[in-house]
Amino acid sequence: MTGVQTGSVTSLGLADGQVGGNDVADFNIERVCQNFPILREKVYGKQLVYLDSAATSQKPQGVIDAMSRFLLKKNANVHRGVHHLAERATEAYEGARVKAQRFLNAEHANEIVFVRGATEAINLVAQSYGKKHVGEEDEVLITAMEHHSNIVPWQMLCEQKNARLRVAPINDNGELLLDEFERLIGRKTKLVAVTHVSNVLGTINPIRHIVEMAHARGARVLVDGAQAVPHLKIDVQALGCDFYVFSGHKMYGPTGIGVLYGRSELLEEMPPYQGGGDMILSVSFEKTVYNVPPYKFEAGTPNMAGAVGLGAAIDFLAGLEHEALAAHEKEVLAYGTRMLSAVPGLRLVGTAHAKASVLSFVLDGVHPHDIGTILDREGVAIRTGHHCAQPLMSRLDIPATARASLGCYNTRQDIDALVAGLDQVRELFQ
Amino acid sequence: MFEDLRDLYQEVILDRGRKPHHGRRLETFDAQAKGDNPMCGDRVTVFLRRDDGRVQELGFEARGCAISVASADLMADAVIGHTPDEIRAMAESFVDMARTGVSDDAALETLRPLAGVHDYPSRVKCATLPWAALQAALDGAAEGVATSE
Repeated sequence: MTGVQTGSVTSLGLADGQVGGNDVADFNIERVCQNFPILREKVYGKQLVYLDSAATSQKPQGVIDAMSRFLLKKNANVHRGVHHLAERATEAYEGARVKAQRFLNAEHANEIVFVRGATEAINLVAQSYGKKHVGEEDEVLITAMEHHSNIVPWQMLCEQKNARLRVAPINDNGELLLDEFERLIGRKTKLVAVTHVSNVLGTINPIRHIVEMAHARGARVLVDGAQAVPHLKIDVQALGCDFYVFSGHKMYGPTGIGVLYGRSELLEEMPPYQGGGDMILSVSFEKTVYNVPPYKFEAGTPNMAGAVGLGAAIDFLAGLEHEALAAHEKEVLAYGTRMLSAVPGLRLVGTAHAKASVLSFVLDGVHPHDIGTILDREGVAIRTGHHCAQPLMSRLDIPATARASLGCYNTRQDIDALVAGLDQVRELFQ
Repeated sequence: MFEDLRDLYQEVILDRGRKPHHGRRLETFDAQAKGDNPMCGDRVTVFLRRDDGRVQELGFEARGCAISVASADLMADAVIGHTPDEIRAMAESFVDMARTGVSDDAALETLRPLAGVHDYPSRVKCATLPWAALQAALDGAAEGVATSE
């Protein structure tokens, strides 16, 4: 999108029956913020300024209410009972699956597997698809900007199978070197695993292009969408990827629930990940017949309230007109980039051309932890450290960064509070 | 506006964090160990030289915040001239002081500026990390991990 839109018409409609109503209103940041009760909290007597949404986002009232309603009115085990509550619970749980399908524009609802989060989804693909298809001397290709959750499961697989993990490099701005990337995809490459948006750098990777390069050489592609789903409109069919994974809690939903999208024909031929109830058609001590996808991959009683909460989070995002939300987030990111760049001694880490709501930085003479502690006393919550991306930190030759990350509820005022806090950091550490 | 924060970031901590007196690898040493804080990726490597059953010299290389660097530097001052047993006792008292904010151990006098971390639970490990590395060095281990509080 281009430029800044104001006064776009949008519906703030959230989950059915949510507090705040389903009326149509202008894109109005105050109204968006009103949906997040926690933003009214004070810390150390100061107004909370939450700039840590890339770690976990806050939850709108509609999500809180939907989960509470499920537990108050519908709770029973899914897919099992003949009684009425079990039907209500199953309907709510499967309803959330259909919402996730539409959210990703997946072709079929049975391409949506509920998991604990993006981490579990990647482990599932590594240990199911990977174990079957990656053999000795085969290769798995990842990138230098991956989160530990998109590194370690592949390392484990490669160790088990005597396969090779290869890493596509980035430039100093935090962008993939696509020529190098292409060269690294060879006939031994079975899988390419790449993040859609970097949690440290904010870089938005050109997934369609990557998928085309990988598919041209017969490799499958897994996309880690954990940081992308709260900001970008996702269409897995247009992206063409084979697997897409995300966590609920980074997109205004609850923790402990996430989605693995996999193309039907891949899920069908993949072996189960865990054994247990719900993933079977019949069990005898001699032989077990596995259920069909997605149930084949959902052993045990699932996180039902979590799935319902995720469904409500999808409704919340759908209620924010996407173009207006994207324009708002782009504007705050641009403002933040400008304001932080003007702070003496501050260097932004991650300056990709295509970038989403992350502002990582280092400040001369002050370690990020000290920045984080001082900002915290001003009520400003940021993340500091290696952000579960130690290989990326090594590549950038820095031990850690301070990271302010933005959600739909952040404003220019939040950036101003951050910059004012940084003035105090500089004064203390002058 | 810094009154609160000054309990944590006292002058001596800011000074030592910026310009530690012992922040170097020793030319000759007979034990070394590193301390890693897996939560944040901070690392302190401690080098020590012993003679006559006492630590004669201690140097360190740190990649960390002001608290961890200052703590390593003040630790070096405090332990030089002491026996491993005395140092282990000091380490125990120090960890206790970092968690509670108080200590009646006279041996910790010069380390008292670090007591302020007890108000910042996420930062206690920053202060205790160098001590974990030092204990590992005394035990002949390659590394120590800051204990969780």
